[in-house]
Amino acid sequence: MRSLILKEIDELIYGSMGIIIFIAFFIGGVVTIQTALNLNNPFLPKSLIGFATRQSVILEFAPTFTSIIMAGKVGSYITSSIGTMRVTEQIDALEVMGVNSLNYLVFPKIIAMFMYPFAVAIAMFVGVLGGWIAAVFGGYAPSGEFIKGLQMEFESFHVTYAFIKTLIFAFVIATVPSFHGFFMKGGALEVGKASTTAFVWTSVVIIILNYILTQLILG
Amino acid sequence: MIEVENIHKSFGDAHVLKGISTVFEDGKTNLVIGQSGSGKTVFLKCLLGLFEPDEGQICYNGQFYSELSTSERRDLRQEMGMVFQGSALFDSMTVEGNVMFPLDMFTNQTKAEMQDRVDFVLERVNLIDAHKKYPSEISGGMQKRVAIARAIVMNPKYLFCDEPNSGLDPKTAILIDNLIQEITKEYNITTIINTHDMNSVMEIGEKIIFLKDGFKEWEGTNKEIFKTDNEAVTNFVYSSELFKKVRQMYIEERN
Ligand SMILES: Nc1ncnc2c1ncn2[C@@H]1O[C@H](COP(=O)(O)OP(=O)(O)OP(=O)(O)O)[C@@H](O)[C@H]1O
Ligand SMILES: [Mg+2]
Repeated sequence: MRSLILKEIDELIYGSMGIIIFIAFFIGGVVTIQTALNLNNPFLPKSLIGFATRQSVILEFAPTFTSIIMAGKVGSYITSSIGTMRVTEQIDALEVMGVNSLNYLVFPKIIAMFMYPFAVAIAMFVGVLGGWIAAVFGGYAPSGEFIKGLQMEFESFHVTYAFIKTLIFAFVIATVPSFHGFFMKGGALEVGKASTTAFVWTSVVIIILNYILTQLILG
Repeated sequence: MIEVENIHKSFGDAHVLKGISTVFEDGKTNLVIGQSGSGKTVFLKCLLGLFEPDEGQICYNGQFYSELSTSERRDLRQEMGMVFQGSALFDSMTVEGNVMFPLDMFTNQTKAEMQDRVDFVLERVNLIDAHKKYPSEISGGMQKRVAIARAIVMNPKYLFCDEPNSGLDPKTAILIDNLIQEITKEYNITTIINTHDMNSVMEIGEKIIFLKDGFKEWEGTNKEIFKTDNEAVTNFVYSSELFKKVRQMYIEERN
């Protein structure tokens, strides 16, 4: 079981780090540029750019946006790998051997996704870093001002909120696609369809949970 | 020994099995034959517990499947080996990994013991140079043989094979048939094989049941099947030109 979990961590989390970092970096940059362009009132301090970047990256872009990307990348991988096992009777083969196939296939994925908050933490850091680089090198705000903004009115509970969300999204990303793969019927064509359906449902569930959790925790 | 009592199975409107009863004895190669679509795979999956029959009972050495708890069913299944029609190898594992999988899951053997056992069964199915390959890298016939190796690695009490030698050349097919019969005798296994290969019927058909339209149309041995008057059986058995000629010769010889 341990080696299965490690394998899933490698596949689901480590294998997604590249895309997570890439997206976080550029989204962080774009958020900064957009904020800077909209803050053209000279009486507003430039540090607000850093503040806005931090808030949007930590509260929404790192946890929610990354999770939607993961629903596509990891979710479709989970659905298609389990779905292929279903249509080629590999799941039946597990059952015939006396293996609890649902447990065997899904449990390691859920445990592996508990590592997902680490990925989101990295996304937060890289997102803010991307913002800083865009601000300083794009000439929107001097480094000192931006960093002052990053530290302004920092509420650690916002980070807690982000990680609570992330953990719940992680569970959704592991289970909804697994369900679609495990209980699918048909052949190779249906595996493709199941992956798409799984992505849509995972995203919908994430978006709705995001709304509910935000209302419950921050509202 | 597996006793089957009047099992029925439908999928929606399709009534696939319409009351089949028979007995499969230990140490014998039991064959289930019938046309494509006659319900052989469905029947076998009922015996495996993958499909729950709508009606009827299946009894494994005195235990009624329907009376077993979930954990008892899992224990029973660990005594079963199955070769699926499409092999159903785990494609994320190598040949060796596939065969080792049940040992790894259910025994406390050391790595070396497991390796020995895996080498032994792979050699028995005549596969000696594919240990490290993945299922997608070997031929269909080789996949079948890996599936057989995986099915017998745990020394099962019950062995089910769904067309174990379809897709194999005649020589390998006979080899596989003989292998299955050999281990059946050696370990006194209850073996049930789905096939429409007449060669297998002749070679290893110690008990044959013939399925047609969801019923058990005929039951007997390979000696009897070539002499029966049952029209459905003779039509099936002598559908190939070769067998027609053989029969012709047989009749001419007798006269
Ligand atoms: N899961 C299922 N759902 C619905 N119908 C099914 C299912 N499995 C089998 N059937 C139907 O049951 C009938 C018997 O199928 P089965 O696979 O048992 O045939 P078979 O005798 O094994 O044929 P072959 O020799 O081609 O393998 C077919 O008409 C098939 O459409
Ligand atoms: Mg079949």
